[in-house]
Amino acid sequence: MKVGIVSYGACVPRYRITPEEIGKVWGADGKAVGKGLMINCKSIPAPDEDTITISVEAARNMMKRCDVSPKDIGALYVGSESHPYAVKPTGTIVAEAIEAAPHLTVADFEFACKAGTAAIQTCMGLVGSGMVKYGVAIGADTSQGAPGDALEYSASAGGAAFLIGSEKIIATLDRTYSYTTDTPDFWRREGQIYPRHGGRFTGEPAYFKHVLNGGRGLMERTGTTAKDYTYAVFHQPNGKFPTRVAKQLGFSDTQIKAGLLAPLIGNTYSGAVPLGLAAILDEAKPGDRIFAVAYGSGAGSDAFAMTVTDEIDSYARDRAPTVKEIISNVKFLDYATYAKFRGMIVLGRE
Amino acid sequence: MATAPRFWRENPSRYNLVGIKCNSCGRHFFPPRSICPVCHRKSVGKIERVKLKGEGKIFSWTEVQEGPEELSSNRPYIYAMVEMEDGLRFTGQVIDCEPADLQIGTPVRAVLRKLSEEGPSGVIHYGYKFVLRKEKSP
Repeated sequence: MKVGIVSYGACVPRYRITPEEIGKVWGADGKAVGKGLMINCKSIPAPDEDTITISVEAARNMMKRCDVSPKDIGALYVGSESHPYAVKPTGTIVAEAIEAAPHLTVADFEFACKAGTAAIQTCMGLVGSGMVKYGVAIGADTSQGAPGDALEYSASAGGAAFLIGSEKIIATLDRTYSYTTDTPDFWRREGQIYPRHGGRFTGEPAYFKHVLNGGRGLMERTGTTAKDYTYAVFHQPNGKFPTRVAKQLGFSDTQIKAGLLAPLIGNTYSGAVPLGLAAILDEAKPGDRIFAVAYGSGAGSDAFAMTVTDEIDSYARDRAPTVKEIISNVKFLDYATYAKFRGMIVLGRE
Repeated sequence: MATAPRFWRENPSRYNLVGIKCNSCGRHFFPPRSICPVCHRKSVGKIERVKLKGEGKIFSWTEVQEGPEELSSNRPYIYAMVEMEDGLRFTGQVIDCEPADLQIGTPVRAVLRKLSEEGPSGVIHYGYKFVLRKEKSP
């Protein structure tokens, strides 16, 4: 049975801050930091937005584009490292909000920035085995970076949702491969507000090792090379890492252009590869092949090979906004307003 | 006092704008009620729960400078009466836009956002707010 993406939807908050504005507060050359990271600005959730509201908006956009009954959804998984509740699944609220409840299984996933793609893999298994007709996989985050930390220049918010099924597939999920090790490059202990990371240790032994092994592992197993793909998308903690890893795997700038959103919205963590994939599907044509590698600290990578089908021509993409349209409604904030929106100011009433 | 059960009962309306239609007179009402306030006993057994479209136009709006404590981070914010396509009028916050973007008749649609939370350890309440709706060119 062929399994693939039946529909998709995205959501990115409206507010933005520049690295220059962040650097001003901490006595750093934010402009230079932004240039080094290839980040022009990052998205910020409004005070009334969180991973639940972002997931709901993305899932509703996904449902608008297809004629699937929400009652046919048998599984819903939300991958995030910023679930609003430590105990009380994000997915329960999302399932109610798209009217998929109560006859389905729901769980929240966590694997740093690749929890959303882990959800896609789980849905592939459930649909492929015939256990469910449709599964929903969401990757969304309102990520945290400690004030003054290097992460503050990139940690942003956004997410995308995918309906996985076996009928009316717009892109087949041809093969997936994962590469996982115990690598402590980035973590957040229970009860802690902000994550900690290993600085440069997050680069070569973590991001690059896992993305390269995930990508090469998938190419070996599919007998393909970078030339066989129209598009490629990689986890994007900044603009620099995915650009460099793409070159190492043999991909050109043209192949990664559509899915490279970090320069415009920052690192959306679990939302990063899902949003990049959504941006690619916004413009993909029948026959296009897509290569995707998500990375999650801790550490692991999920790689996917996909093929866009003829179905995309009759798919109602215009019933919901494209990623480009979503990220065009922008309002820049100063650091003080950003700090208030992110709850970084201790209020007297608390 | 915990308000979780009270909000929980209203979740279908707050999340998905579930109201009622009186099949005696054909009118919609929101939030749901068990009797039509126009038809009274004639409506018994003829009340149907329906999901409203969630799209409408600004009927009137204002910019709120002093609001409840849970909205203090959003001040000033826009509050509007929205004429829904189902013929009902809703009140709610209009978000992700500036006052200059709004006029009487501006199309809007409902989205899910946080309404309030019962402190840092309490339940979070979600419900509808409105964002601008881009109308497709004919």
